[in-house]
Amino acid sequence: MRDLTKLTLSAARDALHKKDISAAELTEAHLRAIDDASELNAYIEVTADKAMDMAVGADKMINAGNAHGMTGIPIGIKDLYCTKGVHSQSSSHILDGFKPEYESTVTSNLWADGAVMLGKTNQDEFAMGSSNENSHYGPVKNPWRADKKNGDLSDKNTVPGGSSGGSAAAVAADTSIAATGTDTGGSIRQPASFTGLVGLKPTYGRCSRWGMIAFASSLDQAGPLTKTVRDAAIMMESMAGYDPKDSTSTNIPVPNYEAALTGDIRGLKVGIPREYRVDGMPNGIETLWSQGIDWLKDAGAEIIDISLPHTKYALPTYYIVAPAECSSNLARYDGVKYGLRVNGDSLDDMYKKTRAAGFGDEVKRRILIGTYVLSAGYYDAYYLKAQRVRTLIANDFKLAYEKCDVILTPTAPSAAFNLGEKVSDPLSMYLNDVFTVPASLAGLPGISVPAGLNSQGLPLGLQLIGQAFGEEQLLAVADVLECAAGFKAKPKKWWGDKS
Amino acid sequence: MSVDKETVAKIANLARIEVSDNELENTMGELNNILDWVEQLSEVNTDGIEAMTSVVAADLPLREDKITDGGYREEVIKNAPLAEHGFFAVPKVIE
Repeated sequence: MRDLTKLTLSAARDALHKKDISAAELTEAHLRAIDDASELNAYIEVTADKAMDMAVGADKMINAGNAHGMTGIPIGIKDLYCTKGVHSQSSSHILDGFKPEYESTVTSNLWADGAVMLGKTNQDEFAMGSSNENSHYGPVKNPWRADKKNGDLSDKNTVPGGSSGGSAAAVAADTSIAATGTDTGGSIRQPASFTGLVGLKPTYGRCSRWGMIAFASSLDQAGPLTKTVRDAAIMMESMAGYDPKDSTSTNIPVPNYEAALTGDIRGLKVGIPREYRVDGMPNGIETLWSQGIDWLKDAGAEIIDISLPHTKYALPTYYIVAPAECSSNLARYDGVKYGLRVNGDSLDDMYKKTRAAGFGDEVKRRILIGTYVLSAGYYDAYYLKAQRVRTLIANDFKLAYEKCDVILTPTAPSAAFNLGEKVSDPLSMYLNDVFTVPASLAGLPGISVPAGLNSQGLPLGLQLIGQAFGEEQLLAVADVLECAAGFKAKPKKWWGDKS
Repeated sequence: MSVDKETVAKIANLARIEVSDNELENTMGELNNILDWVEQLSEVNTDGIEAMTSVVAADLPLREDKITDGGYREEVIKNAPLAEHGFFAVPKVIE
């Protein structure tokens, strides 16, 4: 019997629609794979019974002739999404026991199309991190391990990236066909690069943020982590859409993204930003980027050198804006309305003790930075200054798009690093997002496409950045890039049953 | 600009996070590393540049000023660590 967990989303959809397989058997296969891969710590909660009920419902939809692209597709949901009656804590201790009485709009959209929830995936606490080591539930292990010089697999664990590390590991290990992520400064794209997956962050406003546990509201966006670009197109179409409950969601129709994958990018102008050549970038990444340029040129695209002069200021800007918004958003966790409460001598003392016990170190650090940059006397020097530089960064992209249609860059400045390697140095951790943060600050869509392996056999991704609401064009180029790269590698299995 | 221990204690109080005296030193070091690093923004000339308020040009939608939601107190307080008589319960604040 063939292994149903190896199917891509589009292949599974076709098999389901032809009734070659049932949603129930597809779901069962993935639940077995989750059991087998428990040591990856990719899932915080597995909703097996709910998954089987949803799969039975999906099979009914298919039999009734009401099948959509996502019908019967078993997926992982990042813990950050509120799912009614199911664990939703953004991997934080402070939300202990919280079970929402409502469903997020993005997951509601997926369930309405018949998708099946396998469980909630691990992440960095409140999406703050780039390695998934900041979780109350412990770190996630990347299914990919480096090769030793003699060709054997290293026994050291690597990180899956973050913050959507559980979702990335779940898909990379074939324990879910796809998964939802969220991206504030690179939290979908960087894990996709570290685990050999496709990760799409759409334009700010493309998906509703209603029911997503907020980190930095002017940056947070939902998006899919999938095995292929086609899979990302199918899942994006289901997740996206206007929602009156989110005043920042944009009221324009959702296109058929899959139809945009024409394979024809002749005459398209691809910008290469010179500022993305950073010191100390490993050779493998530089080489892969050049290869990516050649692949797109061979497909008939025109390559144009562009400049995004404020690129180096994007990270420091982000580390003012995001903590400022987080300090405000996370003020709601006070031991009164939900989650953890640690008793104190007074109301204030209870707040302080609850927040000291409930938040992890990185979250506390960002709340304190955010509180400082918003405090009286410093607001202009830090916050307002950062929001002005943010305008300059967005203007850089506007000017660049007068000359080109999409932009090609590496996704991350390195491949997956070892677990524990950067955990004691917050600044070096922040630098992981150097190539993903600028597009986030400008609200633009970005996608990471797996493009090759480094000398140690670890995956590397290339990022394409599109124009606002230019997801169709972005996906079309990503599809061509994916095809040319021909990335077929899978992690060598070291977990669970090795037979 | 850098912060001293006293300032860290003040920020922690504003943020309502208990930071013990022996944690202050370490926290101060971490915050100063980050603040030193973001300091590079001062090189950028932002004279006459508007601060970003919205990444996507959009008018905020308006709706009629009508009550469209509510009426489920039980659900609202269901996740509370302590609820009494249909209200969130907190330590006594009035003597």
